[in-house]
Formats: sequence, C-alpha cells, structure tokens
Amino acid sequence: MTTAVATHETDHAHDDHHGPEKGIRRWIFATNHKDIGTMYLVFAFAMFIVGGLMAFYIRAELFQPGIQFKDPQFFNSMTTMHALFMIFGGVMPAFTGLANWMVPLQVGAPDMALPRLNNWSFWILPFAFTLLFSTLFMEGGAPAGGWTMYPPLMLQTGDAFPFVILAVHLMGISSIMGAINVVVTILNMRAPGMSLLKMPLFCWTWLITAYLLIAVMPVLAGAVTMLLTDQFFGTSFFNAAGGGDPVMFQHIFWFFGHPEVYILILPAFGIVSEIIPTFSRKPLFGYEAMVYATAGIAFLSFIVWAHHMFTVGMPLSGQLFFMFATMLIAVPTGVKVFNWIATMWRGSMSFETPMLFALAFVFLFTIGGFSGLMLAIVPADFQYHDSYFVVAHFHYVLVPGAVFGIMAGVYYWLPKWSGVMYNTTLAKTHFWLSAIFVNVTFFPQHFLGLAGMPRRIPDYATQFTNFNMISSIGAFVFGLSQILLIVIVVQCVRKKGPAVDAKVWDNPQGLEWTVPSPAPFHTFEVPPKIL
Amino acid sequence: MSKRILFGIFTFINLISLSAAEAVPSEWGLNMPKGVTSVTKEVYSLHMQIFYICCVIAVVVFGAMIYSIIKHRKSKGAVAAQFHHSTSLEILWTAIPVLILFYMAYVATGPLIAIEDTSKSDITIKATGYQWNWGYEYLDVKVSEDSDKNLFFKSYLAEDSNLARQKDSGIDPRTVENYLLDVDNEMVVPVGKKIQMLLTGADVIHAWWVPELGGKKDAIPGFVNELWFRADEPGVYRGQCAELCGKDHGFMPIVVRAVSDDEYAAWIEKKISESSFEYKDYTMQELMAAGETSYNKACASCHQISGDGIDGVFPSLKAGSLAVGDVNEHIDIILQGQEGTAMASFATLNDFEIAAITTYERNAWGNDTGDLVQPADIRDRRSQ
Repeated sequence: MTTAVATHETDHAHDDHHGPEKGIRRWIFATNHKDIGTMYLVFAFAMFIVGGLMAFYIRAELFQPGIQFKDPQFFNSMTTMHALFMIFGGVMPAFTGLANWMVPLQVGAPDMALPRLNNWSFWILPFAFTLLFSTLFMEGGAPAGGWTMYPPLMLQTGDAFPFVILAVHLMGISSIMGAINVVVTILNMRAPGMSLLKMPLFCWTWLITAYLLIAVMPVLAGAVTMLLTDQFFGTSFFNAAGGGDPVMFQHIFWFFGHPEVYILILPAFGIVSEIIPTFSRKPLFGYEAMVYATAGIAFLSFIVWAHHMFTVGMPLSGQLFFMFATMLIAVPTGVKVFNWIATMWRGSMSFETPMLFALAFVFLFTIGGFSGLMLAIVPADFQYHDSYFVVAHFHYVLVPGAVFGIMAGVYYWLPKWSGVMYNTTLAKTHFWLSAIFVNVTFFPQHFLGLAGMPRRIPDYATQFTNFNMISSIGAFVFGLSQILLIVIVVQCVRKKGPAVDAKVWDNPQGLEWTVPSPAPFHTFEVPPKIL
Repeated sequence: MSKRILFGIFTFINLISLSAAEAVPSEWGLNMPKGVTSVTKEVYSLHMQIFYICCVIAVVVFGAMIYSIIKHRKSKGAVAAQFHHSTSLEILWTAIPVLILFYMAYVATGPLIAIEDTSKSDITIKATGYQWNWGYEYLDVKVSEDSDKNLFFKSYLAEDSNLARQKDSGIDPRTVENYLLDVDNEMVVPVGKKIQMLLTGADVIHAWWVPELGGKKDAIPGFVNELWFRADEPGVYRGQCAELCGKDHGFMPIVVRAVSDDEYAAWIEKKISESSFEYKDYTMQELMAAGETSYNKACASCHQISGDGIDGVFPSLKAGSLAVGDVNEHIDIILQGQEGTAMASFATLNDFEIAAITTYERNAWGNDTGDLVQPADIRDRRSQ
C-alpha cells in the first residue's frame, strides 16, 4: 500500500489560467478527468432512473396474475431494455466515472493519459442511448428478444433491429476507449516510486477490468455484426436452414458475456477493498492475495462461458468441464471475502455510510455467490436454468453487488469531490431502506424459481402470486428510496453541509486524501513523492 | 445474538424441507419439487446437499463477520491491531474451499451421467416448439396400419386460461383452474416406462420443462436434443416453455399425464380416431365451427381473435386483405408461411383443419367471399 507525503503546493496565482471554461463549453469540450468523471456519473444515474422505471413497469405487471397494462410483446421489450440500460448505461458508465475521478488521484497523475479520447468516449454514450431509447417508438416496437439477443428470435425484431445493433456498437467503442485510457494512465502515469504493487486496489481491479473490456467488447461487436448480416445480407451464420448454427451465437455471446459479468463486479471489489480498511482502521489484509485473486477471477472468466447455456445440449464432457471450471471461481472469490473479513477482524470499526454499503456488499454479494455455486452444479442447473432462481442470483450480484459498490464509492468520495460532508442521517436512511428492500425484492425470487416459475414471462400461474406481490412491493420501495440519493447529492453540489478537510475520514490511505477537499480542478501537476 | 441467528437459519431450513413434503402446488412454495422420477429425486437431494453446505459456510463466514462487527467496534473502545498478512492463512482458505469443491464435483457427476443416458428407452416422443404451442409426435405410433404417418397433435394453452389472460378480459385468473398451466391436448405416457423425448424448434428456440419430471432442455431449430424420464407415479405433471420465444412465451404450457398401460393404449386408440377425418364435402356451418376453434388456437395470438391483427406488426385479415383475395394464394401462405415475416408454415395442421381455417378467415368478421374450401382442395395445393 502507499504511504504518501503531500508535496502538493500549487501556485495559486496561476489558477485562473487553468480553470474550467465557462458555461456549456466546459462540458462539451471537457478534457479534465474530474469533469468527465462527473458527466459519466450523472449520465449513469440518469440511465439508472430510466432502467429503474422499466423495472417499475415489470414489477407492476407482475404484481398479480393476468395482463394488467400492455401486450406481452411490450413486456418483453421492457425486460430487454431494462437490462441494456442498467448494464451498459448504468453500471458500466458509473464505474468509468469513478475511474475517471479516482484513478489519476490515486496514482498521482495530473489527468487521464488521453484526455480527448476521454471526451469522445463519454460523448458517444448519450447518442448511443438516445438511439436505443428511440426504438421504443419504432414500428414493431423496441427489441424484445432479451438483452442476450439470441437468434432466431432476435431476427424477428421490427424496424428497431439495425438501430439496436448500432447502439451496441457505439457502447462497445465507448467502453474500449475508456478502457484503453485507464490502462495507459495506470501503466504510464503513476507517480515516481509508486510500483504496481503499491497501487490502491481500486486501480488494480480497474486495470484488470480494462483488459477484460478490451478483450471481449470486440467479441460482442462481432456477434451482433453477424446478426446484422444474417438479417440483411443473406448470410447464415446462425440460421440452421442455411447451414449455420443458432447455438454458435450463444457461445460467442457468452464468451463476451461472462467476462462482462466480472467487468460489472471487479471495480466494486476494488471500492470495497478501499473502504473496509479505512473504517476498520487497519491495513487491508492480504493485499497481494487480493491482486492475484482478482487476476485469477479474470482468467477463469474466459473459460466458463458455457455455464450460461447448459441446457442447449452439450456433450457430457463439455458439461463436466464447464461445471468444474465454474466451481473453481468460488476459490479466488472466497479468498477475497475472507480477506475482507480478516481486515475487519480485530480492527476498530465504525459504521459511516460508505462502510454500511461495503458491509452490505460483502453479505449480499456472498449470498449471490452461494446461489452462483448452486447454479454451477449442472444436474441441479437443469432445474434452476431460466427460472426466477437465476433472476434472483444475478440481481443479488448486480444490485447489492455492483450497485451497492458504486453507492459505497460515491458516499466515500463525495466529500472529496464536493468539499462538504453530506447529510449523514439522510444517507443512513437511504442505506437502510435500500438494504432492506433490495432483499424484500429479490429474496422471494429464489422461492419462485425453485417452485417452477420461468423467467421473462409477463403473467404467471396463480400459486406464484404471493411472492410476486412481495417482490413488487419491495421493488417499489427500493426504487423510491433512491430519490434520497438525488437529494443528498444535490445538497452536496450546492455546498450545503459542513466543510471537510483533505482527509475527510479518520485516517484513510491513498494519494487522493492528500489533495484539498474539494479536489481542485488541477491536481498533481507536480508528481507527489511516494515513500 | 448469534444463537438467535442460528435459530433463525434452522427455522428457515425446516420451513423449506416442510414445504417440499407437500405435493400440491402451495401458495407459499419455497423449494424445488422432489418430482416423480428417480432422477428428479436424486437432483433434489443433490440440491439440498449443496444448499446445506452453503448454509454451513454462511454460518462460519457471516458468523466471523458479525462477531467482528459486534466486538471490534470503535464505539466499544476497540483498538485496531495492525497485522495485514499471513501466508499460511491464505493457503488454508484456498485449500479448504478446493476440498469442498472436490466433494461437490464428485456428488454432482453421477446424476449428470445418469441424466445424459438416453439409451434403452421404451417410447420415443418428438416435441416440437412452435410460436406458441407444442407439437407432439409419437414416433412409435402410426395413425393407421397402412400409413407411414406418426401420431401427431398440437397442444395449445387451454381455452379458459387463454380467455382469462387477454388484457381487460374481466376474468379473474384466480377463478381459472390451473391458470396458464393447462392445455387442450395433454401428452400422455405410461407409468414406469422410459420415455425418450426428442426436442426441436420450428421457428425460434424454446425449452421443454416439466419440473416434476426433470430438468429442461432447449428445443432448437435445426437441432434435435434428447432428454428422458420415467414417471414412477401416475398423475398430471405441469410445466412451461423455459426459453424466451417471443410474445406468447408465457402462454405455451406443457402438461404430461402419466397413466397405466391400459389407459395409455385406450388413449392412443382415441387419439388416432380423433386425428382422422374424411375427405368429403363439408357444409359451411361445419367448416365455420371447426374453423373458429382452430383459428383461435393457431392464428389468433398474432392475427387476434377479432381478425384485426396488431397495427404495424401482424396484418389484419379483414376486408381488403389477402384473406378475401385469391384463394390459392391464401392457402399457400398458410401452408408455406411467408419469408421474411413472422408468418410461419402451418403445414403440420391436417387438411381438414387448414380447410376449416381458410373457410373461416374468408367468411368471418364481415368477410363475405362465400368461399367454401374443402380438405381435398388443401390436398391438391400440397401436392403442387
């Protein structure tokens, strides 16, 4: 871990030459990592709201049996769009936003390595998602074949089809550029003396995530391009009647899709690994083991993809291989959980909002890990597959996993960004409402799946009514309680709250705590010295 | 505190095992059904075993965490130790999970090999997934002695469920028996026989799943997948399509009835007689009545019961459409489908059903062609 001496003495006389541009130009032409980070975070939050409204529709439709609002096709569009918005519009840009803000501050760099590329990778996103959102108003409706886009069903999409694919391409280009920026920044711009194994874990997990992104986003691009040519140019990559193979798409998709799962969680591991030591007042236990475990998870993520498709009819040997490889992931993941707990062990713990979110993360992500282990057991997976048990599993790793990780990070660094401490009572209320109702929403879905309710259905047999009602109520309260987050952040932006010093917390580690709060527009113009 | 948590966990586990003992679908069903085949029972106990292992790990891991949260808190005056590394601990908590995983892999491999062994089956049934119904072909049963056609029938969502599930139907689904889990034509099998299922899809990917008879498998166009089951107890077993297959994915249930050998033989005989029809001239009334039933099952999920279709997605069949145009073209589209659209081929319907549907479409909802299409006409179009 890093020990830093603040050598940050800015010559304030020059500040006005380096300050941000005024008005809208500041954002459109932004090259400052902090401004771009802010834009990413605001954009991600907006997409969380859009995706959340779609989730509201889904849970309202499923509140009771029968079709309540619109036709089943629209329901399928909602599940498809909900996933695309949350994954590509919410979680991924939120992590990129945090990386933009924190990676230069943590490695002691003045900015990201490629500021103009940074600007471009952000500004692609609003166009990509406007395009995707506009498909709702097209003839034939928005895509309704699931975010996994399996052919032949996906090829039945109406006019929206090429627009969805273009939108996916744009998101991919944006992610790849963002990832390249992170890699170059971390490898080239670390302050003198900061060796790789002195970097904060957030940088490490992001470095590994960035390599995953560079490796698999092109694979997704290839898969959707093949869909496009199958539809419009008479190829038969996935058309059995033309000599193609519909299952091949699933293999290619999940070769992207499984590393993608870790893209959505590794940065959260990093955030939690920053927060737990701070509020346990004790160094992170097993720092190097944590780095190796992250790398191990990333490696394994490339050889387990077919566990998403055990029911397609693979040879027995294939099923056994993917079962064993998948189970192996539990080992490095377990190492991480054990190290977090060992960090807390005999610490001096306090429970500020970021710590609460980090602890909930460890608890609930582990529950998602258990259901993941159960899903790896192929004979049982034949029962779980494509049921609500799977829905419960991936929401446990994505909502109290990835999303709680993001919220923990926001509550941890928000005072550094804004210079004021947020309203902690409100923040803790936000935590407890979120933590309780995320379980009310998703825990009953385990029962629904085990009792036989398939996923992606707009209506269900009446014996599933009770748990669906509970789940819907949980979802409504969980969704509404996110309004508190808006209130808290807006108050901070308007500087309402007690001013904080550079350290903000008791004794946090890392270079970001050596710059003043709020972090000035330019930081580390002179590299800090690392002891 | 930790005692209370332990108690809570055990109550929870008890609840789960209790609910599993009930065979009737419960309003508060918590767990996987044990099912009625040797494989499902084995899978159930495997599932419970893995679940218990996870519970034990959870108690240890969360126990340590909760202990730490309670005891090692600053507000209680805890002073932080500064240790941050232990190679032996790292090795220990890598090795123990590996051993647990070895055990899990060992217990999971046996059932998997059993599941994949589809050899030596007594009866083979081919199930084809259509948007949105299932077709069952009994490969060992011919429709008549001199025919090479196998017994084939389609299985649609039952009519009462289908009516209740329409938006604004005014029917409370809770008043419909087996809502969304009932069909017009059940798949019937004899008890105690090894049934091999061959699964394929006609249009998109579907998945065939009856939880009490075993896990699911995908029905993929251009592929034939296999699964098998042997129902040990007579009864009716219900399931659903488990792979998103479009608009009515939630409305293509599967019902399997397991009966004695005698009942099975009687059912086969009845099915064969039902599926046959005469090539004779039927009256308008006969064709319209049969046509309405068949249309509502096979066509209405897209073209709607009213014939209006869905604007911009599925065409209307009312005045001005093809349904009142050239009759041969009309029949050809039903038989062959229309490339580049969602209109699939309906050639698996028999000549009488297609004749009835064509007649119905040409004379219902204010269409007044007066055309009467007979089964023989369909046979002629097929041969061209």
